[in-house]
Amino acid sequence: MFAPPQPHAKAAAALGLIARCKPPMCSVLTARRLQRPFVTDPIISIQGLTKTYASGFQALKGIDLDIREGEIFALLGPNGAGKTTLISIICGIVTASAGRVLVGGYDIVRDYRKTRAMIGLVPQELATDSFETPLATCRYSRGLFGRKPNPAHIEKTLKQLSLWDKRNGMIMALSGGMKRRLMIAKALSHEPRVLFLDEPTAGVDVELRKDMWALVEELRRDGVTIILTTHYIEEAEAMADRVGVINHGDLILVEEKAALMQKMGQKRMVLDLTEPLAAIPNRFTALGLELANEGRQLVYTYDTQAERTGITSLLSDLRDEGIRFRDLTTKQSSLEEIFVSLVHAGDVS
Amino acid sequence: MNLQGILAIYRYEMARTKRTVLQSVVSPVVSTSLYFVVFGSAIGSRIQEIDGVPYGAFIVPGLLMLTLMMQSLSNASFAIYFPKFIGTIFEMLSAPVSFYEIVIGYVGAAATKSLILGAIILLTAWCFVPLRIEYPVVMLLFLVLTAVTFSLFGFLIGIWADNFEKLQVIPLLVVTPMVFLGGSFYSIDMLPEFWQTVSLFNPVLYLISGFRWSFYGIADVNVWISLGAIALFLGLCLLATWWIFKTGYRIKK
Repeated sequence: MFAPPQPHAKAAAALGLIARCKPPMCSVLTARRLQRPFVTDPIISIQGLTKTYASGFQALKGIDLDIREGEIFALLGPNGAGKTTLISIICGIVTASAGRVLVGGYDIVRDYRKTRAMIGLVPQELATDSFETPLATCRYSRGLFGRKPNPAHIEKTLKQLSLWDKRNGMIMALSGGMKRRLMIAKALSHEPRVLFLDEPTAGVDVELRKDMWALVEELRRDGVTIILTTHYIEEAEAMADRVGVINHGDLILVEEKAALMQKMGQKRMVLDLTEPLAAIPNRFTALGLELANEGRQLVYTYDTQAERTGITSLLSDLRDEGIRFRDLTTKQSSLEEIFVSLVHAGDVS
Repeated sequence: MNLQGILAIYRYEMARTKRTVLQSVVSPVVSTSLYFVVFGSAIGSRIQEIDGVPYGAFIVPGLLMLTLMMQSLSNASFAIYFPKFIGTIFEMLSAPVSFYEIVIGYVGAAATKSLILGAIILLTAWCFVPLRIEYPVVMLLFLVLTAVTFSLFGFLIGIWADNFEKLQVIPLLVVTPMVFLGGSFYSIDMLPEFWQTVSLFNPVLYLISGFRWSFYGIADVNVWISLGAIALFLGLCLLATWWIFKTGYRIKK
């Protein structure tokens, strides 16, 4: 639930921001944030949000979610899970069937002018007016969101996104990656506090994806709250502070990324054997050991949260059995593996 | 009120006209001038006068109305349909602008373009035919009311249309015949009595008649009825706009 403004809480957050900010990114945005009325977290509060389309399809089934100011929140889910519907409702593009959303403490329906002015949206599709120029379209976006012209900010944003040199050319002449960056520039033109990135790196090459991650990190340093939907789990793993998993319109899980990976992650220990094994000795059957790499590797999967991992006794038993190894590595489950198992479990249930 | 938002839409649309000046300005001026030459000079030389007005001058108000209506319709309908078609409408829907501000921006720009075009055509007409304007204020009133009303109507068509064919069907198959049969090139007194009665059911007749009255003081119907007709049509368009934005028809899911 959204709490009334508490100046001290925000002041502390603002001080934290300054401390983390590095020049030249310690910018107008941060300075502007300090002048705003103080608001406590969460920046977005979603309560019992449902959406049923005219066709009868229920895209969202009572979502409750709080997004904290300044965090990067990754919303994961398979196609058709409800990610874009959720974002579209918060931004005002789709009307909710029931429930309530507050942005910065304001209701998105009653106070839509205030909430929308705080939000920037980068949609999945590259929807741009091909005959316009990047400079003109960014000016247009800024005006549309009720902000007075600020050529310096538009210039800074276009430079930040490496589009300044292309500012007067037609958008149709830009590459796909540049168009994607332009969509972000447009969304940042009115200096939003919250930025929605709906599949921001879909279809872009690896280098550009890394650039995009760096940009998101810069924005976070500026204090912008970022909500990200993605199919690339590695993206969420690399950037997000918290992760939400949505499937069939239900929010299955919301968790700190690190805690999630620790709590749900399994670890694999791989032993490189000195001599290949033809089969796993019977005494190890209960441990679920696997042979890999034509018997040259022995793989043990264990739960990091269990009281006993069984590693010590396994190594001792291997020595007793005369099985020697020359190297040992361990690997944590990736977010992708966790995501797949969560979604699969949801589908089965 | 989000004045910056309205201005942004307005400027964006006006900039689009500047980019497409050949199609938006030159083309309608040339085609209307052709009407002056063909109907005014070639055919006009045989028809002589109608109600004491040379035929070339008689058709100017009708032709001006024709261009004004068609351009208002196409400017406004395309302006709102194109963002829907290419998907950029998301930005407007997610911006802190009310639906009325969106209408003011789009309709204001479309009406401005039509009025500029009307002024150019009027000046061009002066080159070809002897013109006089007896009631310039009434003429301006008709011009502005028609430009705004038909821009609003065009906006509604743009919202309703979900393909390019629908975008064209009302302007080409409904409005154009109504303009041609609404006394643009003739006085309804010249028609048999039956067709005179039929013509009275054509709303465009009232606009052209009133507009012509502001030029030469001659009209097929009373000028107040003409003003009432355009005011009624404007009211209907406003009502439809209000309903569309209340329900989100073809705009919001």
